[in-house]
Amino acid sequence: MSILAVEDLSLSFGGLQVLQEVSFSVAPGEIFAIIGPNGAGKTSILNCLGGFYRQDRGRIIFDGQDISTLTPDRRAALGLARTFQNIALFRGMTVLDNIKLGAHHRLRSGLLAAALYWGRAHREEMALRREIEDEVIDFLEIESIRKQPVGALAYGLQKRVELARALAMRPKVLLMDEPVAGMNAEETEDMARFILDIQEEREITIIIIEHDLHMIMDISDRIMVLNFGRRIAEGRPDEVRRHPEVIKAYIGEQKGG
Amino acid sequence: MDIFLQLLVSGIAVGGIYALIALGFVLIYKATSIINFATGEFMMIGAYIFYSAAVLAGWPPVPAFLVVLGGAALLGMVVEFAILRHMLGQPTISIVMVTIGLSSILTGLAEIIWSSDFKSFPPLFPRAPIIIGEVVIRSNLFWGFVVAMAVVVVFALFFKYSKFGVAMRATAGDQLASYSMGIDVRVMFSVAWAFGAVAAALGGLIIGNIGGIQPNLGHIGLKIFPVVILGGLDSIGGAVLGGFIVGVVENFAGGYLDPYVGGGVKDVAPFVILVLILLVRPYGLFGREEIERL
Repeated sequence: MSILAVEDLSLSFGGLQVLQEVSFSVAPGEIFAIIGPNGAGKTSILNCLGGFYRQDRGRIIFDGQDISTLTPDRRAALGLARTFQNIALFRGMTVLDNIKLGAHHRLRSGLLAAALYWGRAHREEMALRREIEDEVIDFLEIESIRKQPVGALAYGLQKRVELARALAMRPKVLLMDEPVAGMNAEETEDMARFILDIQEEREITIIIIEHDLHMIMDISDRIMVLNFGRRIAEGRPDEVRRHPEVIKAYIGEQKGG
Repeated sequence: MDIFLQLLVSGIAVGGIYALIALGFVLIYKATSIINFATGEFMMIGAYIFYSAAVLAGWPPVPAFLVVLGGAALLGMVVEFAILRHMLGQPTISIVMVTIGLSSILTGLAEIIWSSDFKSFPPLFPRAPIIIGEVVIRSNLFWGFVVAMAVVVVFALFFKYSKFGVAMRATAGDQLASYSMGIDVRVMFSVAWAFGAVAAALGGLIIGNIGGIQPNLGHIGLKIFPVVILGGLDSIGGAVLGGFIVGVVENFAGGYLDPYVGGGVKDVAPFVILVLILLVRPYGLFGREEIERL
């Protein structure tokens, strides 16, 4: 049984074929990586999964439900969280407010109660705040910065806040678009550790797109390799590393071979 | 000194009302990045809805007021749903032209429905002028200011604390991220237009109560441009402060300079501010400074 299955996904922009009949399925609790050279269609897959792009053909099954035609907000509410390659935090707000927005769809108080900030809405807010403090802020070691505006934080920390916000959604599947892009070695190591901890402690399935092959090889359970919108290989890290198509895509063909 | 205080206090009162109308502009701009040139006409329609309910239908002020709230919200949502939703992704200039066209359509509709004759409301507030120390304020202006400030405070609290308000601020900040937080951005746009129209309509109700109404009442709406350019297009606090500054400056200009030049300074002063602020601080006092990374 898979938590997320993609069947024959195809996407084109005008005459440009971005994805061609890509299929894969991800098992619950797995760390599944999608790699490939620039322009291979990695981010397009994430955008299809998140609902920002509408595929031309193919289906996306999430947790037993066909979500192919749902809007992004509906998919998020079903438990599909995401972090962005170019950090997409709410810049005017503090770290804590950003993280609380992750839990936004779980607050149930209606418009009127919320407008008046009354009774249930207030209790919900307090419970949420405790949960976020315990399960997200402590977990990601960002206690000291939670009152700071996100715009003032270092790049690596902003990435971590974005991850915190996604965790506050209590997702079933977490989509991460290049979580360590632009990070130094130490920040990369921290992020890799957090990703492994999330998998271990939260039972959250993680799908990662990444350029940093070292980290991906270290932490992924399975890897899919894309090139020019097609799946060229899939398997465990050691299998993928030796796959002739993958070597060809990344290093190029040997001349006179 | 008497004159100074008198001009200052009535300037603040007028400025509070400008602030409310400017809020109607800012709410829409903040959430959707659309510059709504029909804000003044939303204001005018709000005043006419009140006139229809209170005078033509003869309802008491409170139900008539509720009809204005509902009617304005509906107007905002219909405009968003029927017109601006389809303009998504179009160049700014096209969208601006659409809202300018919309303002003409609304003015024309008002002439068709209510004729271009001057209309006025039944008295809503006690007639006696309000006297604070040596300063005398017309009762309609005083109570209009009180109502305007109350509405601004309610909107501000709503934005700061309610789940919905927080979601709207998030939408204003980053639409992609909001979508992936489970926020239905289209609903937020719709609500932003409803709120914007309500704020403008209430402003129109207050202005109409002070000076009567005509289909070209919306021209007063042009004065919100100095207000929002001064305060920052996307800042609620800026709209309030900008409203006060413009109200006070135009009153001083009118009181002190009009006698020397034979009038008209009062109407020009806000736009002198507009030009100055665009030269010195184009993003306003509190507006977001757009930084492009090259």
